[in-house]
Amino acid sequence: MTDARYDRAPGDQSIAPDSEERASSGVLVYTIGLVLAVGLTATSFWAANTSLLWNPGVPLGLAVLAIAQMGVHLVFFLHITTGPESTNNVLALAFGVLIVFLVVVGSLVIMANLNGMMPPAELMNLHMRH
Amino acid sequence: MTVVVAIPGVHSAAPASEAGPAPKRIVVAYGFWIFLLSDIVMFAVLFASYAVLVQATAGGPKGMQLFNQRTVAIETACLLFSSYTCGLMLLAVNSRRRAGMYLAALLTFALGGAFLALELREFADMIARGAGPQRSAFLSAFFTLVGCHGLHVTAGLIWLTVMMAQVAIKGFQPRVERRLLCFSLFWHALDIIWVWLFTFVYLMGVRA
Repeated sequence: MTDARYDRAPGDQSIAPDSEERASSGVLVYTIGLVLAVGLTATSFWAANTSLLWNPGVPLGLAVLAIAQMGVHLVFFLHITTGPESTNNVLALAFGVLIVFLVVVGSLVIMANLNGMMPPAELMNLHMRH
Repeated sequence: MTVVVAIPGVHSAAPASEAGPAPKRIVVAYGFWIFLLSDIVMFAVLFASYAVLVQATAGGPKGMQLFNQRTVAIETACLLFSSYTCGLMLLAVNSRRRAGMYLAALLTFALGGAFLALELREFADMIARGAGPQRSAFLSAFFTLVGCHGLHVTAGLIWLTVMMAQVAIKGFQPRVERRLLCFSLFWHALDIIWVWLFTFVYLMGVRA
């Protein structure tokens, strides 16, 4: 008797069209995301050009702004939530972030190490570094 | 054998293992999400090679002399707003507003096309100034990384055109709706990659 719930493949039937208020709340979510993203982007461009900030700290600040904007995109545009429906997506994302971190940081550390152990460029007649 | 008894109210609180199979649109979006993550890992490799080679200019021009922040700002705005209109398109699909969907799709396409045109003009300008991909390792890495993103945008524009044709011919079928959902995921993911591009390549490039 309870088998009736699974008679058709889940999701095969189209979901009911959104009501007017659900659609407008969706617009609100995207608009909040857009405003936040525009603000963060503008801050990035300002921080890269201003002389008001402590210069060596600016790249770090830009990285933080990029991470924040990535978060905004994930939450407001890609709708990654804490709900049970996105548990798998969040786990996959965490794994992806781990791989990206390993690839980027690993490459940089190894190449910096190799560069450090290399004889000076003139000696090798390699003009890798100007 | 376990018998699942559906009691209204209790069902929503049931753990995921007892909730039955997930709806197909969740499963499809998850599968596409895995693809997007693998794509992002590929971009991470290109980012890493760019970061390693960024100093290797072989006496040629550096990023500081090549990058135009105005162009980058306009490109960023184009892509961000096209991401927004893509979201609006998905909302129009969900509430079956055909005219709204076509309008949002047209805006998405126009903004994406404007981004691509600006990027191609920037590339042509750089190559005309003798800063093509064969000039130095830095420029090879730059053209590979930014060009790869541009190719993704091109693929997205083609995909969007195909999807509009599918909606026009097949209507709002569940299959077509799931493809539109995947397209919007793809388009938003491209915007995330562009955030890292303009931060690390352009903004840090003009400072260094």
